[in-house]
Amino acid sequence: MIPGLTGRRAPILPRDAGGEPWLAAVIAVLCFLACLSAVGALAADRAAHGWARQLRAEATVQVRPRVGETGAEAAARAAETLAGVDGVEEAQAMDRKTAEALLRPWIGDAVLPDLPLPFLVTVRLDRDAPASPVSLSRALASAGVDATVDDHSLWRREVERSAGLITVLAAAAFLLTAGAAGAAVAYATRAGMAAQGALIETLSLNGASDGRIAGLFQMRYGLLAAGAGAAGALAAMLVTAFVRFLGGAEGVTPALPVTWSDALILSPCPLLAATVALVAARFAALARLKGRG
Amino acid sequence: MSVQPRRAAETAPAPDTVRLGGVGFGYAETPDVLRDVNLILPAGSFHFLTGPSGAGKSTLLKLLTLAERPVAGSLELFGEDAGSAPRSALPAFRRRMGVVFQDFRLLDHLTAFDNAALPLRLSGAKLDSYSADVEEMLDWVGLGSKLDARPPALSGGEKQRLAIARAVVTGPELIVADEPTGSVDAVMGERLLKLFQTLNKLGTTILIASHDESLAERSGATLLRLENGRVTGGAA
Ligand SMILES: Nc1ncnc2c1ncn2[C@@H]1O[C@H](COP(=O)(O)OP(=O)(O)OP(=O)(O)O)[C@@H](O)[C@H]1O
Ligand SMILES: [Mg+2]
Repeated sequence: MIPGLTGRRAPILPRDAGGEPWLAAVIAVLCFLACLSAVGALAADRAAHGWARQLRAEATVQVRPRVGETGAEAAARAAETLAGVDGVEEAQAMDRKTAEALLRPWIGDAVLPDLPLPFLVTVRLDRDAPASPVSLSRALASAGVDATVDDHSLWRREVERSAGLITVLAAAAFLLTAGAAGAAVAYATRAGMAAQGALIETLSLNGASDGRIAGLFQMRYGLLAAGAGAAGALAAMLVTAFVRFLGGAEGVTPALPVTWSDALILSPCPLLAATVALVAARFAALARLKGRG
Repeated sequence: MSVQPRRAAETAPAPDTVRLGGVGFGYAETPDVLRDVNLILPAGSFHFLTGPSGAGKSTLLKLLTLAERPVAGSLELFGEDAGSAPRSALPAFRRRMGVVFQDFRLLDHLTAFDNAALPLRLSGAKLDSYSADVEEMLDWVGLGSKLDARPPALSGGEKQRLAIARAVVTGPELIVADEPTGSVDAVMGERLLKLFQTLNKLGTTILIASHDESLAERSGATLLRLENGRVTGGAA
């Protein structure tokens, strides 16, 4: 008889050694969630950096007119002075109309005309070599303008801090999800091994080492997790692509700009899921085998 | 037959394959199944272990296969301490022996071929390297036409023969068989006895536990008797 391939070297571990479709579903969902949190973190980080960059490239100067000088005159003088400073691209005195337009959403039309408004100069700084607030203050002082320079650093720090916080939270969510996936695999390994007690003993009596037996479960759950991870990542990619497609370059909202490349960073998900499953299955299997004495 | 037992170097006298000294063992529900078992199976010897049902023959075999460990006394296999060897050392002992279990312990989801090939596969051998040996072995026990059958589709006698094929296919130094002819007819029983005798002539140490005293007498093997937790007859 010619050795056909039928029935030769079938997997030693039987199919469905214990609730595998359910495990696959759980891992797929966990991977989907982990991927979404990763994309969300990326988008939030990108948005925060965008804002921070914008804030860094701007400064606002509040001018106090001298005696015998109108606010508008003082502001114009300050703008002229500031425009001459190295690292300043443009300095513009904000006229009352612009200032009112900025305030209208906050305080409404009724009191606006009577409100004393500060005299402001908005300064656009060179993005690559921005003038420092100190050099701006110094220039104003030597021109005899009484003014305060706000380089938005307070705001910027706030934005950067929230971006950092979001990154940390996303990383924590990611780690927790990985931990949950690992725990699910460990649990399934234990259940699978409990269901396959007779098989394990037979393998052991036929000379299989604990490592070899653990390897069977490792392989099984590693492959399963890789498949489930791919499914979860694919679903997350589709959602990301959909969001990008709907929202264009800005994403759905400028607060969460999604790019096409975000879909790509999800590609290691199956590998990560498989690694977590491999490690979890190995430890669970070896611990259980050790327990058999 | 192409199945060859590994043989120790001809010059140095081979250590006794099995040495039990004052071995005691029992279960929680059935303490003192074995009380003071002293037993030596020299390399290349052929023994039959008889005794009434429930005497502890299968239990003694479980100690030899290291499925259980003695609670008292010493157990040496191939000249090495096996009674207190760490768990990690067990596979090495087990790969040097072939075991026929009373309840066969075949894997129902694997074909007859894969079942017989299991110990070879577990030792890391490639399919190409053992395919012919496994087929020859299965042919020899009369399962040449059932290579792709799974155990649930085999008769009791066929399962028994498959279990024997799996035990001997690696060419082990020691074969331990628990009632290996319990489920086959007289003709097949003789044929299987012949197989064990052939393997023994090639140098394999053999221990068969069996009720069948007439088969034991016809085998020409040394008779051992297990009763009241002790083994009588034989070298120790
Ligand atoms: N796993 C076990 N747990 C508890 N008691 C057991 C266990 N296995 C066997 N026994 C008991 O140990 C004793 C010896 O059993 P064993 O199977 O070794 O006998 P045996 O000589 O092989 O019998 P038989 O000839 O019927 O196969 C019996 O009293 C049996 O009830
Ligand atoms: Mg028995």
